Amino acid sequence: MNAKATPTYQATIQFREVTYSIDSILGKSSSRPIVSGVSMQVSQGETLILLGRSGSGKTTLLRLINKLLVPSAGTVVVAGRATSEWNPIRLRRSIGYVIQEAGLFPHFTVAQNIALVPTLENWDAARVATRVEEMLNLVGLDPRDFAARRPHQLSGGQRQRVGVARALAADPPILLMDEPFGALDPVTRAELQHEFSALARRLGKTIVFVTHDVREALLLGTRIVLLQAGQIVATAPPDQFLDIDHPEVRAFAASLVPVPGARA
Amino acid sequence: MSPWIFFVEHRAEIAEATLAHLSLVLIAMLIAVAIAVPLGMLVVHRTTLRSFVLGLASVFQTIPSLALFGFLIPIPFIGGIGRRTAIFALVLYALLPILRNTYVGLTSIDSAVLQAAEAMGMTNAQILWRVRFPLALTFILAGIRTATIITIGVATIAAAIGAGGLGTFIFRGVAMVSDAVILAGAIPAALLAIVADLLLGWLERRLAVV
Repeated sequence: MNAKATPTYQATIQFREVTYSIDSILGKSSSRPIVSGVSMQVSQGETLILLGRSGSGKTTLLRLINKLLVPSAGTVVVAGRATSEWNPIRLRRSIGYVIQEAGLFPHFTVAQNIALVPTLENWDAARVATRVEEMLNLVGLDPRDFAARRPHQLSGGQRQRVGVARALAADPPILLMDEPFGALDPVTRAELQHEFSALARRLGKTIVFVTHDVREALLLGTRIVLLQAGQIVATAPPDQFLDIDHPEVRAFAASLVPVPGARA
Repeated sequence: MSPWIFFVEHRAEIAEATLAHLSLVLIAMLIAVAIAVPLGMLVVHRTTLRSFVLGLASVFQTIPSLALFGFLIPIPFIGGIGRRTAIFALVLYALLPILRNTYVGLTSIDSAVLQAAEAMGMTNAQILWRVRFPLALTFILAGIRTATIITIGVATIAAAIGAGGLGTFIFRGVAMVSDAVILAGAIPAALLAIVADLLLGWLERRLAVV
């Protein structure tokens, strides 16, 4: 047994029979579950992909992790504690979050955007400045060129890099990514996917990554969870995923078929 | 009598009326901003209160100004003849543009920005003060600009209930059937409105985010 009084921090996430439904406008009786009966475990350091079509409930699962949503039934456990026990602000500041449109603050510079959580956490100015520089270098943007820019002076790919830098700034053990590369052009997307997969392996963060792109799932995931209509229908590592005999897996596999004219 | 000669002969009186007019507008605007901006912030998350408040402010806006001044005279404390009643009425007129623009400005922010702010662990107060408010500022200023121009115009009518200001010349000129006297009130009032519009427009552009 470990002799230390405090247990080592485990950046793990568990879903235990989680159901989330929204009350319909007509009344509570006719509530419609967005996700139902989801149980899964995300281990320390893995990149778990939540794959599914639009409306399959993948973003909802993500938002249940940092308590943007609270389960209607069941429990979501983050780092050993149910989200219902977590102070939402504390929880969210220990989890990085990247969304599709980046959601950078237009009235902040790139540096101020990246410094968001460290500033909220009252780091001293020198430490924040060092960290911002580190983060910009990490995501491949030259601090001298980019720190003082405003988001509207960036390309889509650069904005998304800043989004990743902002999410990582306070060094959170967990990173949530909601189709972060979905709005980018295919070439930029491929670049960022490759850089990100290298970065993810190096940083050892626990990552939950939402996408509807099976190619992206196979490239970035250490494990893929396939969702359909709010339920998990398949779970497998990328090298075994396409062999699963399930209609939804076959539907996603079919989307990988090369177009005429493409070289194999 | 030519307007020019009247202007020159009465320049002290005109200047005094302009200052009185300006002070009516400034006091009314300060009060209106102090009420409408916080109220606009308050109704962001409260739908019922919002429709009530915006509805009420719209009602004030539709009452003809002369009628509103008339209605207020018999009301105790706020009513009567003079500046206080006029300021009260001007505040009622200025509320709607500021209130509506504050609310619209605070709610028309890119949802991805607000989502990110919440997900990064900002508290509601931090989201309001550090994200929503700075991003809504140009909207709020646009509302203040509209309200200021309306108030400069409506304040001329306040002279009818003895509040002074440039309207004094206009009403006197109408009674005397003298263009020169009417213009002695109308021209400075128009200039005030133009200058206010330019100044506040400049400020709006200076503070624009993008």
